[in-house]
Amino acid sequence: MSTATLEVRNLRTYFFTRAGVVKAVDDVSFSIARGRVLGLVGESGSGKTVTGFSIIGLVDPPGRIAGGSILYQGKDLAKLSEREIRELRGNRIAMIFQDPMMTLNPVLRIDTQMIEAVRAHAKVSHAEARTRSRDALGMVGIPSPDERLAAYPHQFSGGMRQRVAIAIALLHHPDLLIADEPTTALDVTIQAQILAEVQKLATTYGTALIWITHDLSVIAGLADDIAVMYAGRIVETGTAEAVLDLPLHPYTHGLIGSVPSRNKRGEKLRQIPGMTPSLLSLPPGCAFRTRCPRADAACEQEPEPSQPVPGQTTRCFHPLVAVPA
Amino acid sequence: MTEAPIIELRGVSKRFGPTYDAGARLARSLSRRLGAIPKNEVVQAVDHVDLAVARGEVVGLVGESGCGKSTLGRMVAGIMPPSDGQVMFKGQDITTLGPEPARDAKLKVQMIFQDPYASLNPRLRVADIVGEAPLVHGLVTRDGFDAYLDAQLRRAGLDPSFKRRYPHQFSGGQRQRIGIARALAVQPEFLVCDEAVAALDVSIQAQILNLFMDLRRELDLTYLFISHDLGVVEHLSDRVLIMYLGRIVESAPAEEVFTRPNHPYTQALLAEVPRIEARKRRFTAIKGEIPSPLTPPSGCHFHPRCPHAMPRCAEAPPRLREIAPGHHSACHLNDRI
Repeated sequence: MSTATLEVRNLRTYFFTRAGVVKAVDDVSFSIARGRVLGLVGESGSGKTVTGFSIIGLVDPPGRIAGGSILYQGKDLAKLSEREIRELRGNRIAMIFQDPMMTLNPVLRIDTQMIEAVRAHAKVSHAEARTRSRDALGMVGIPSPDERLAAYPHQFSGGMRQRVAIAIALLHHPDLLIADEPTTALDVTIQAQILAEVQKLATTYGTALIWITHDLSVIAGLADDIAVMYAGRIVETGTAEAVLDLPLHPYTHGLIGSVPSRNKRGEKLRQIPGMTPSLLSLPPGCAFRTRCPRADAACEQEPEPSQPVPGQTTRCFHPLVAVPA
Repeated sequence: MTEAPIIELRGVSKRFGPTYDAGARLARSLSRRLGAIPKNEVVQAVDHVDLAVARGEVVGLVGESGCGKSTLGRMVAGIMPPSDGQVMFKGQDITTLGPEPARDAKLKVQMIFQDPYASLNPRLRVADIVGEAPLVHGLVTRDGFDAYLDAQLRRAGLDPSFKRRYPHQFSGGQRQRIGIARALAVQPEFLVCDEAVAALDVSIQAQILNLFMDLRRELDLTYLFISHDLGVVEHLSDRVLIMYLGRIVESAPAEEVFTRPNHPYTQALLAEVPRIEARKRRFTAIKGEIPSPLTPPSGCHFHPRCPHAMPRCAEAPPRLREIAPGHHSACHLNDRI
């Protein structure tokens, strides 16, 4: 797609540890267009956060990008120098983390941090940077932003801190925003406020959004497209409707069945047996086969992505085609 | 009701505040005499809660952080004494019982905690974590210990051959199973589950929820299930309580709460819950933040955020009244009807 804001092709991010090579992200491909919301879903250890870190250039040793490309406006982010990626990071591409204290420096006032972030990428006066910071705080719904600029992070509640972190990410109206479980630690009513802000952003500025989460219910309401990750690989992609209503991969199917919901009250949840395998000792072939009800001898080979249904890809030899969830 | 409720709370409150030494008390009384109003440092975590749980019932307790739901759970489990009010077990106030019956009553109520990493002693083997209490309390003899322990582990879905291992050798879901085995090893009748599945991945969460439902049938257990996750509570509970800043604002059978929520807070909460059935929806938000429990709003605690607030809501706290059979709500709006 030529209109894609970001295109990730065959990305591999490996961690070279003493215990062996951990393939945290293994042959991951997806693309995201302007103003779209991509939900990147997976459980802990599935590689979804490392995918986000790879895009924004925050993979630390012993990890490194071992292959593939991350195309942003024709440039391969994986091959940029540290100086070049700093030009983009926080400017055209921004990230929000699960814990806002990862973004905020606890010993600096909010205004110090925000003005620095503005002037890192824009040649403006101190006063102008302050005005922009104040406006950004107002935009994410922080009351009396003028006074709040002079506060320290510990004087804010968890939800407020996350808003400040979002305001900082939005300072330069990025083309791409990567959000790594930003509402997981927040209460339901505060989560709804944050989701409302983010939705407004995608529609107003055409920001492309990658929303990383384990929570299918949040994704159902927010995302246009969904990519499901398992053990470092994307096992299924498609529109939100397609993936949630007619999942192809048995893992997606199991994950949806695990979510308690209105029409299954008191019934036994359809659980996935076993647990997520260690990335150090993945079984050969399909990583899900030891937990999969449809697995057979064919699954000892590596499944390649296929498109049994137009617009929906899966990595499975036995996709659930035409079997309603 | 023919049988006394298994757990009953009568006007239970819990306050947390600093304890002042003689000097601090003198300083505070002096400053008060000089006309200063000392800062309120007392948090009313739980405010006059009445609750009765019948045998075999699963009661869900829902609220956001800081609403006092964990404090309430701890008082029910008997690991925290209330500041006011009585906690009754099968019709008897535990504090008036002699040491032996009190101990027996406490054993019958067990708790399962949120964090399977913090709630297990990292220096003990699984055999000791699960087996220590039944041995100490004489529920099992040394001779029968191994067989008893294996049965407890198997019931919680753990392989008994792991009993010589330490907690760090297990995954989060398995650790939560150890916590469940530990609670069940003393043969309780009542379990308080405080966010027992909140820290787990979705697929593991489903396994643990299924285990809770199986155990309920097998052992005729009664649950108080505390969670901020409405989906989980809806799935398990017979009755749901909604809590806001220390008070129960609504209580009704699960069906009722989710189909006909009465209290504006419950309505707002339900509207905000992300659901897997709801696609590409527009998120709106309850305005404002949860107020600090140090300075709760006057009258109805929810009035500053409530879309239907009237002058009266700031003056008097509404009482929890029955608005339909089994459905209680604490809102002044119900008085007009």
